[in-house]
Amino acid sequence: MAFALLIAIWLLTLGTAYLFNHNWLPAAASTNAAVTDHQLWLNFAVVGSVFVLTQITLGIFVWRYRAKAHHPAEKPTNTTPAELFAMLAAAAIFIGLNVAGGRMLSGTEFLGHSPQAEPVRVEVTGVQFRWYFRYPGVDGRFGATNPALIDASLGNPLGIDSRDPAARDDRVTSTLVIPEGKDVELTLRAQDVIHSFFVPALRLKQDAVPGTEMHIHFSAQKPGTYEIACAELCGLGHYSMNARLMVMSAQEYRSYAQVAQK
Amino acid sequence: MPKPIIHDVTPVEAPQIQAGGRGPTPPQAPGGPDRDDWDRWPQGSRGPREKLRRYRLLVAAILVAIFFFFIAITSAYVIRQNTTVLDTRTNEMVNNWRPIHLPPVLWINTILLLVSSLTIELARRQMFREPQATQEWLGMGSPTRSRSLPWLGITLILGLGFLAGQVIAWRELNAQGVYLAANPSGAFFFILTGAHALHLIGGVCALLWAATVSVRRTRLEQRQIVVDVSAWYWHGMGALWAYIFAVLYWVR
Amino acid sequence: MTVATERSHFPGRLRRIFSTDHQVIGLQYFFLALAAGLIGMLLSLLMRIHIVWPDAHFPLIGALKPESYLGVMTIHATMMVFFVLSTVPQNGFGNILLPAQIGARAMAFPRINAAGFWLTCLSFLIMTASLFATGGAPSAGWTQYPPLSAIKDPGAGQGVGVDLWLISIGIFCLASTMGALNPIVTTLRARAEGMHLMRMPLTVWSWLVTAFMSLLAFSVLLAAAVLLFCDRNYGSSFFVPGLVMVNGHLLQHSGGSPLLWQHLFWFFGHPEVYLAILPGMGLTSHLLSTFSRRPVFGYAGMVYSTLAIGALGFVVWGHHMFVSGMNPFAGLAFSALTLVIAVPSSVKTFNWLATLWRGRILFTTPMLFSIGFVSLFITGGLTGPMLAQPQLDVYLHDTYFVVAHFHMIMGMAAVFGIFAATYFWFPKMFGKMMNEPLGKAHFWMSFLGAYATFVPMHFLGLAGHPRRYSQIAGSAQYLQPLLPLQRFITYAAIVLMAGQLLFLINLFWSIFYGCRSPQNPWKATTLEWEEFADDEKIIVHRGPYEFSPGEKDFLTQSEPEGERAGI
Repeated sequence: MAFALLIAIWLLTLGTAYLFNHNWLPAAASTNAAVTDHQLWLNFAVVGSVFVLTQITLGIFVWRYRAKAHHPAEKPTNTTPAELFAMLAAAAIFIGLNVAGGRMLSGTEFLGHSPQAEPVRVEVTGVQFRWYFRYPGVDGRFGATNPALIDASLGNPLGIDSRDPAARDDRVTSTLVIPEGKDVELTLRAQDVIHSFFVPALRLKQDAVPGTEMHIHFSAQKPGTYEIACAELCGLGHYSMNARLMVMSAQEYRSYAQVAQK
Repeated sequence: MPKPIIHDVTPVEAPQIQAGGRGPTPPQAPGGPDRDDWDRWPQGSRGPREKLRRYRLLVAAILVAIFFFFIAITSAYVIRQNTTVLDTRTNEMVNNWRPIHLPPVLWINTILLLVSSLTIELARRQMFREPQATQEWLGMGSPTRSRSLPWLGITLILGLGFLAGQVIAWRELNAQGVYLAANPSGAFFFILTGAHALHLIGGVCALLWAATVSVRRTRLEQRQIVVDVSAWYWHGMGALWAYIFAVLYWVR
Repeated sequence: MTVATERSHFPGRLRRIFSTDHQVIGLQYFFLALAAGLIGMLLSLLMRIHIVWPDAHFPLIGALKPESYLGVMTIHATMMVFFVLSTVPQNGFGNILLPAQIGARAMAFPRINAAGFWLTCLSFLIMTASLFATGGAPSAGWTQYPPLSAIKDPGAGQGVGVDLWLISIGIFCLASTMGALNPIVTTLRARAEGMHLMRMPLTVWSWLVTAFMSLLAFSVLLAAAVLLFCDRNYGSSFFVPGLVMVNGHLLQHSGGSPLLWQHLFWFFGHPEVYLAILPGMGLTSHLLSTFSRRPVFGYAGMVYSTLAIGALGFVVWGHHMFVSGMNPFAGLAFSALTLVIAVPSSVKTFNWLATLWRGRILFTTPMLFSIGFVSLFITGGLTGPMLAQPQLDVYLHDTYFVVAHFHMIMGMAAVFGIFAATYFWFPKMFGKMMNEPLGKAHFWMSFLGAYATFVPMHFLGLAGHPRRYSQIAGSAQYLQPLLPLQRFITYAAIVLMAGQLLFLINLFWSIFYGCRSPQNPWKATTLEWEEFADDEKIIVHRGPYEFSPGEKDFLTQSEPEGERAGI
């Protein structure tokens, strides 16, 4: 029994570690994503070593100190130094990871975007079970909305109030199109229940909460088409609530924007 | 909980405890240091006051749970009061909290409840006065009962007065247009005062129970427990109201 | 050995059912949790099949619709979290063992104890009923985030089902508060002579800390449930924001805050996960020591780390809300506090390993489950610090990575604790021994099944698979390649569930046909294995884990100095 346990624990541990080493992550499409991945791999390395070490030890102890090995059990004496050592080691590892993560977080979330350059502003609205993207148009301002005006069949799913001059050139799409390399500011809203705007390729996720709005910044580095999913349970169509994110080169984006403006 | 004044009330049982002795002093636990100070403890389910102590701990635990219920709601109240919500019509974050004008009758209610805490404390202490307890034990009438019952009655009247006052306050607010289903400020007011009133009705039931037990020929020890426990619960409800009223008054 | 001290008002048979005897109540909790666990397990089977074969037809219920999937998921989680993990580890085994382990013959307030159980039972019946509510089972997940859970009419699974859910949880909160009173008063006020706090078995310590946590946490959940119930039924606006448009209906609420619910819920929710695992930690320490024939390594350290985990559990709720719209600075604070919890947990793990070290390990079934607990605790626990870092959580939040994490630790490890306790204390519960070969087969299927089911879920999460998706077909394109992995998980889960059948067979077979157990079959040291006459005074002479004290194998807690250890 002891040997079987040893083998089982070792195989499960090594198998788990081996499979974790496989690259499961979707290809990263932004510098922010690369930073997240770096932190993730740092975690895999540190936490993974702790994992393998403790499990291997567990396996060895279980086998080595089995009753059939015929040695007496010993009473532990003065356990405090060992416990203190374990405590300090754990504190060093986990608080170290936290500090590394915290520094990275401050590097991306607070300072990641350049406040000097005007960001590309897009408003994202989650509705059961779709995403809508609103561009402010040439005036750079989003018009007022009124829930009483919401009618998707009349082409006004967000209830944009056409009496507001700022709303006249607002444009609503079902695909998020952004230029490569430029800072993007998304304003997240939800019309009905909580949704979560999730772009795996950008390692980006933020809840859209009705009754308030959230702002997130990012910039995508690689042109291409990526998928947007909903990560917060929003009802029966939750699984099918997805949309596309198109990252265009600057030139492509310019011509796209010009066409769209007409 | 402040240390209550209790005196030994069953002189016959006291010597028995002495005779029982404390047994051998247990040696130091090998597992860890002895932090219990065992020798100062009464023994086992030992001594006449052991039961009383258990009931007090029970009430303390119940009061902790009740306080956490209200702390949760008042925390939500304070946070909500400072939260802004999005008005999509103007694209602005606005604070839609409408402060309510507290009905002045709440002040009277507060005074009623605080006074009732005093009267129940008098009723409680009457149960533990040594001369009367001894007298009662000797079969010479029931002085603890006749001394504590009036105070219990006064407390009961004050408590019912408080509840009536709360109803008046709710009516007044309804007249102002404050409902559970209106602005969150009103909703919080009704939930907090309503839940407190429910808990106080529990207290009123406890008082009625204490009065019934006092009237019936029940053993002194049991009557002491019932009155004591009801009194501590009542104090808890008074303190709880003071806390709720302070939050409602200062955070509007 | 225990006597019901209070008279019961019920005659004959009814008196046995509505018993105030703590052991009977403990067994009642045990069977209630068994029923809830079976329901939860069958529901998870439906879910696993529906995810990979959405068109599969089930006997009796036919094909599952997406909204039914969500209802099944909600009830699965609620059954497991509330009616299994929050009942049997503390109230079940606590009732059966706590009074005996501290030499207190009975719980301090037997009637409150019985009332607590019957309220739990009522709550369980209402929760089961909500599964069949008109308009669908509640489908907003066990977290019931408003506005999804607060909107009354439109959409399936938002009707009466949610009201029943809230009523059931409200009653459960009351019941848990009542259930927490007895362990506190009994442990603090009714210990036998010589049973100092630092001589209590670690199981008792964890029940005590758990009881305090229940007292605080369930009060907060009750408050939240009351507020949400008012929002749903009386038009108040605690959580429902104004100007919300659902399914073409404009809701008439005047501006509440959905995030308020999340704060209240997780203030309960995080302590809840610790109160599910703490009893498991306590009895793992207890069993590892008993079957290594070696005292617990660092008893005091174990006690202090239990206290630390209990206290820290209340200040980390924010780590569930990193992507809900939290101030990033608050996020960093919650992250730091959460990683601090990893320290006492690491001390515990270290001490468990050190208890095995230089022991004489006997591989009984309860010991196997305890070793399994340690292994699963390490595997599931180590992903915790990863999720506690906001930067990583932004990606991993609400994906299968989280599902894997909490199923490993709170699902599997805690359940391994329950199994270990059942095999170990079965003689105390039914006077019989459980079948060892069957028990070992059960262990191996559970252990391998747990790893095979839940380790691959980490990879789904790393690939960005959000949780609570009812199917892959019709979902995002990048999820399609993950279908084979999902299928594998379903097969593994079926193996895992089949293993649990062995447990059921073993349980009922042993109740009726098991061998009679000797008085102290595991040669344990604590008081519950000893017989005391009703009027005998119980005196405790030493700590709970006196194994290998010189020439003897073990010394029981009540054995006077200088006599030979008896069996």
